[in-house]
Amino acid sequence: MSSNPPTDGIHLADEFLDRSTPASRARDILLRYPALSPAIVLVIAVIIFGALNSNFLAPNNLSLIAQQVAIVGTVAAAQTIIILTAGIDLSVGAAMVFASMVMAQLAATAGGLPAVIALFIGFVVAMATGALNGLLVTRLKLPPFIATLGTLNIFVALTLLYSGGQTVIGADLPALLTWTGQAIEIGGVRVTTGVLIMVAVYIALAFMLGRTAWGRHVYAVGDDKDAARLAGIRVDRVLMSVYIAAGAILAIAAWLQIGRSNAAGPNAAADINLDSITAVVIGGTSLFGGRGIIWGTLLGALIVGVFRNGLSLAGVDTLYQTLAVGVLVIAAVSVDHWIRKAN
Amino acid sequence: MGDIIMKAERLVKTYGRVVGLDGVNFELHRGEVLAVVGDNGAGKSTLIKCLTGAEVPNDGTIEFEGSPVRISRTQDARDLGIETVYQSLAVSPALDVASNLFLGREVRRPGVLGSVFRMMDTKGMRERARQELSELGITTLQDVTVPVENLSGGQRQAVAVARAAAFGSKVVFLDEPTAALGVRETNQVLDLIRRLKDNGVSVVLISHNMPQVFDVADRIHIQRLGKRAGVVTPESHSMTDVVAIMTGAAAA
Ligand SMILES: Nc1ncnc2c1ncn2[C@@H]1O[C@H](COP(=O)(O)OP(=O)(O)OP(=O)(O)O)[C@@H](O)[C@H]1O
Ligand SMILES: [Mg+2]
Repeated sequence: MSSNPPTDGIHLADEFLDRSTPASRARDILLRYPALSPAIVLVIAVIIFGALNSNFLAPNNLSLIAQQVAIVGTVAAAQTIIILTAGIDLSVGAAMVFASMVMAQLAATAGGLPAVIALFIGFVVAMATGALNGLLVTRLKLPPFIATLGTLNIFVALTLLYSGGQTVIGADLPALLTWTGQAIEIGGVRVTTGVLIMVAVYIALAFMLGRTAWGRHVYAVGDDKDAARLAGIRVDRVLMSVYIAAGAILAIAAWLQIGRSNAAGPNAAADINLDSITAVVIGGTSLFGGRGIIWGTLLGALIVGVFRNGLSLAGVDTLYQTLAVGVLVIAAVSVDHWIRKAN
Repeated sequence: MGDIIMKAERLVKTYGRVVGLDGVNFELHRGEVLAVVGDNGAGKSTLIKCLTGAEVPNDGTIEFEGSPVRISRTQDARDLGIETVYQSLAVSPALDVASNLFLGREVRRPGVLGSVFRMMDTKGMRERARQELSELGITTLQDVTVPVENLSGGQRQAVAVARAAAFGSKVVFLDEPTAALGVRETNQVLDLIRRLKDNGVSVVLISHNMPQVFDVADRIHIQRLGKRAGVVTPESHSMTDVVAIMTGAAAA
């Protein structure tokens, strides 16, 4: 080899120093750590609500917030992986309720299937709902918004057809299905198994998204589909896997829902679709895909839970709680836009 | 010059009514630098895409090392030892430099962590990325953990070039790899092309820069209106001749 490599290329660090202002540096930091802003909001909210009402920080109240957050938090985890691929899933709530009805009806005491089998079939059904969404997005090339708007209605109708509009009450359910609502004591704090399961879902997803090639491909697909394809990633396969994984997570949410309400009803959790998107957005994940981290969503779900709980302890009407959540969403999306504007 | 490593015959690619490739032939020798030149829209990029699995041609055949191959995905080309820098660069903006270098071929941790938990060897990949970059003489990328979107256009191009050069064991296609580069960085890429050639790798370089083409190319494929108008060498023809063939003012 005759050529000797030149050594005086442009140095990245120098370039940054030249261009950076306090605002652009803040932007760079937020871009690299998308969970930072929701973490700050959560800490501030906890401090303020704790100062306003001494009951807020009581272990029992915190445990209540955790329980209130567990279901929407789990659904939002499923929503996050879909939004990371630059998709959106409007059918998450309907799919979850459908799965919960399948689990509950199959297991309901009079001549029901064994609880484990009922649970298993519920998982299969939920994953099938995800697969259907995935097929519509990858094969028919429908925009996820439209595809899942359609399946939302289909799943709602299926749920009502299947359940005949009937609620299955806790007394008819086997212990396994309501197990997620059981409280256990850890170091003097009561938590439900449902809350622990939600945390486990987040840990597993954080590992898969951050430490495996699959996770990296999810980000790459959401970031730039064509670039991902040209880099040898099978985009459609990744998308299918994401929608099916989301279905599996929704089955877990369905199980938590049965435990928490000690029943399974076809009209449960009406707001959960938008609440899950709210948590994802407040958690700093970009609706444009490819950007965000799963812990941000947990923080987002906690922020909503803390706001609702804190405001109601402060005696603020539910209406204003909803208003506050709306303001949060707009603020979060504005921050996302501001961060992305840099590029 | 070596034997023919890659060959394509009568490749046709249409986009609706637009004809991208109109029965083009292509030959690449082992260990040579082949420049592909032609006017805007002549079908240079389309040719490269069809040869590397980014697009599937409507018609025609491709041979690699003497046997017919079907390259329907970029992964197929990669498996053959073919790497490409596309004109669009095909880098993932939100991922960092190291992740981009290893995108689609992530290395797993040894042992159960890798085989059962499918855990990536992030540290190892970063280490290897740094090593590759310094071996390739690409000094413009100091920190492999910077997201690609924080890089300048030239630095992004360097990422794409580094990826192709690091993994291309037999053929490297470069579609206008120096378009966004400064003089110094352009020379780095030209050096890199020569080094690839020294290592026996065939390089296909698309460029509008005639002096550059005449500097590094062994042969020049002249593309015109979706076809090959001719193949010349820097010795046999002048730049003016090449431009004349390119524009149809002269025959090869
Ligand atoms: N995705 C596409 N859809 C429709 N037409 C296309 C597409 N890609 C290429 N073409 C058409 O095919 C022809 C060849 O385009 P190509 O990009 O290969 O040209 P090129 O020689 O690389 O030009 P340039 O020097 O500008 O990069 C053009 O007429 C172009 O309009
Ligand atoms: Mg081109």
